[in-house]
Amino acid sequence: MHIDPLEKQWAQIVLAICGLFVTLIIIDALFHNITTPGNVETIDSASLHLSEEFAEDNLGVHRDENGNVSVKMVAGRYSFFPKEISVPAETNITFRWVSIDVLHGVHVPMTNMSTMIVPGFVAELQTSFPKPGDYPMLCNEYCGLGHDHMWGRIDVVEKDQWHASKQTTNGAAGNER
Amino acid sequence: MNDSNERKLALSHMTVAFTAFIIACFMGEYQVLERSGLIESLGSPTVYFASVSTHGVLMAYVLTTFFIMGFGYYTASTSLNMPVWNKELAWGGFGVALFGVVLAAIPLLSGLASVLYTFYPPVQGHYLFYLGATLLIVGSWAWCVVMIVMFYQWKEANPGQPVPLAMFATTANALLWLWTSAGVAMEVLFQLIPLSLGWSDTIDPGLARTLFAWTLHPIVYFWLIPAYIAFYVFVPKQAGAFIFSDEAARAAFIVLVVFSLPIGFHHLYMDPEQGKGWKMLHGIGTFIVTVPTFMTGFTVIASLEIAGRLRGGKGLFGWIGSLPWTNTMVLAVILSLLMLIFGGFGGIVNASYAMNAMVHNTAWVPGHFHLIFAGTTVIMYFAIAYYLWPILCKKPLFSNNLALVQLWTWFIGMTILTTPWHILGLLGQPRRISSVVYNNLLTLSWKPYELAMIAGGLIMLGSACLFVYLLYKTQFGPATEEFNAQVEYAEPLHPVNSLPEYLNDFKLWNKVIAAYMAVSFGIPILQFFFIGTFDSSAWGY
Repeated sequence: MHIDPLEKQWAQIVLAICGLFVTLIIIDALFHNITTPGNVETIDSASLHLSEEFAEDNLGVHRDENGNVSVKMVAGRYSFFPKEISVPAETNITFRWVSIDVLHGVHVPMTNMSTMIVPGFVAELQTSFPKPGDYPMLCNEYCGLGHDHMWGRIDVVEKDQWHASKQTTNGAAGNER
Repeated sequence: MNDSNERKLALSHMTVAFTAFIIACFMGEYQVLERSGLIESLGSPTVYFASVSTHGVLMAYVLTTFFIMGFGYYTASTSLNMPVWNKELAWGGFGVALFGVVLAAIPLLSGLASVLYTFYPPVQGHYLFYLGATLLIVGSWAWCVVMIVMFYQWKEANPGQPVPLAMFATTANALLWLWTSAGVAMEVLFQLIPLSLGWSDTIDPGLARTLFAWTLHPIVYFWLIPAYIAFYVFVPKQAGAFIFSDEAARAAFIVLVVFSLPIGFHHLYMDPEQGKGWKMLHGIGTFIVTVPTFMTGFTVIASLEIAGRLRGGKGLFGWIGSLPWTNTMVLAVILSLLMLIFGGFGGIVNASYAMNAMVHNTAWVPGHFHLIFAGTTVIMYFAIAYYLWPILCKKPLFSNNLALVQLWTWFIGMTILTTPWHILGLLGQPRRISSVVYNNLLTLSWKPYELAMIAGGLIMLGSACLFVYLLYKTQFGPATEEFNAQVEYAEPLHPVNSLPEYLNDFKLWNKVIAAYMAVSFGIPILQFFFIGTFDSSAWGY
């Protein structure tokens, strides 16, 4: 069997490049929490209204007594509920998304607020928005013929000018099923 | 050897492939036009999504599968110098697959299966669509069986000899396809068909997505391997040189087959139904599968360099200019590698676990896969067709110059189409929308890129028409001269004297794949039965 020395060198360079990329990604995921949604938490999409967390009154932006901000959102053809939300900039926010019907996806352009919303599961992710502004929330998974019309708004305001629409006094809403 | 049956097999398969291709090209141009909103009367989500679904099925399943089968039969028979085994089975597979395509076309074209080529349950299409897709896959399994039997027949007749590289790679692809198609076959047989026929009321969309992810990544290597085969066994010969390394080529094909399979979760990075650890495992595998592509790039460019220098090219880059740029195979490989470099870069962005969040399901993604599939891969399908059509029809190519024009225009059109497509993705435009109705300032910045895409698509459509015209004129035009060339396979620079069995067979690698798949897909699939997931009812669209 013949292996050229140049070929060997090239293989080593390639492996080194791959190794470098993989190492950086793992370090970011483990130490900087730059990771993917993947909480594998089930929920019955047919009875979201009976689940305390995603009952209509509880949707939207919450702040608990410790100042943690969380957002509970429902996606359904063809809108996000609520359609407009306001969140503070430069704050760690926990988003929890569920679908009442089919597959959806949501992306806030120019940010990493992105997740698939699969019926039967809660999609949870944490992120923060460095820059205030008026961002669209776009459905980015084909969900039916009205898919183009499925979008909402997210208003990112300066941290000190923001007021929570919902205060959670016991801080427990985020943990309930 | 009288190879009229083999030639007929190859021609029939490739004719179906390129017929699907040209129909789908017209749909592609309609889609960029509709999407841009330039012509208001064209706006229709119903037609748009029926068109996108059909375009995807024709390009991704029909063009590829039929081309690969036809190319495989002819490669097997010419490289092994034996007739295709069991031609009844081969023609039977062709018939079943073609029947499946016709069956699926009925609901697709009438808008009853606008579920895109990736299915997306719990949205549900007409059952004929799923049945047709299944028959296409079943027909292609006949091809796999024929390839594997011929591989072992030859090995038995030539003990200890290295299997010709072209056949080694073709068999690798047949095995890859058997492994690959199992995921989607399970999804269709156990989930989609029962649901669409009303045998079951609900479906688990998380499980369906996981099974589809099993297929979704290796399938692109199934499409790509014929292009790599041409890189290794046709290009060096056409350029006037040798394969730089036969052994490295075999190793590359083996690593492609083994590592393309257990990595499909990079399509599910943004999904909630699989855990972060599994995604990370698949993410690492995704980087490993770039290794054989880097190795292929090295070997092919080294082979080209030898050719350029043999033709008198001097200096560090002088050999590039002295390559035979007017040879369609050589021109195609140069353009193909250029697109592979940019497409591969985009692919590494997608593969990057968390960076993917910025581009997931944006216009970046179709921009990426058009560049790598319709660019890198399909341009090699063109070159193979230009090479084989005269041999199959026994008539010379209608016009080499027009073929060169066709390859260049395809490359230019692809550049104009996919560059704005990538930019649109970075600007946040979702893929799979038929119009832009968002009342937001951001969307104003999308307009000029959408218009550029129309121009790119139009150039490509013209190029595609020219391609089909050239094949038609070659096949049916009056033959001015007798054409009796044979397929010529490139020789390795260093003859392969002794080959370890693991580079000449797949028995070991099948076991490795089975073990690796059990780890990377076993628990992620079984979890749906452990954790008590909630099914969804079926939805129309």
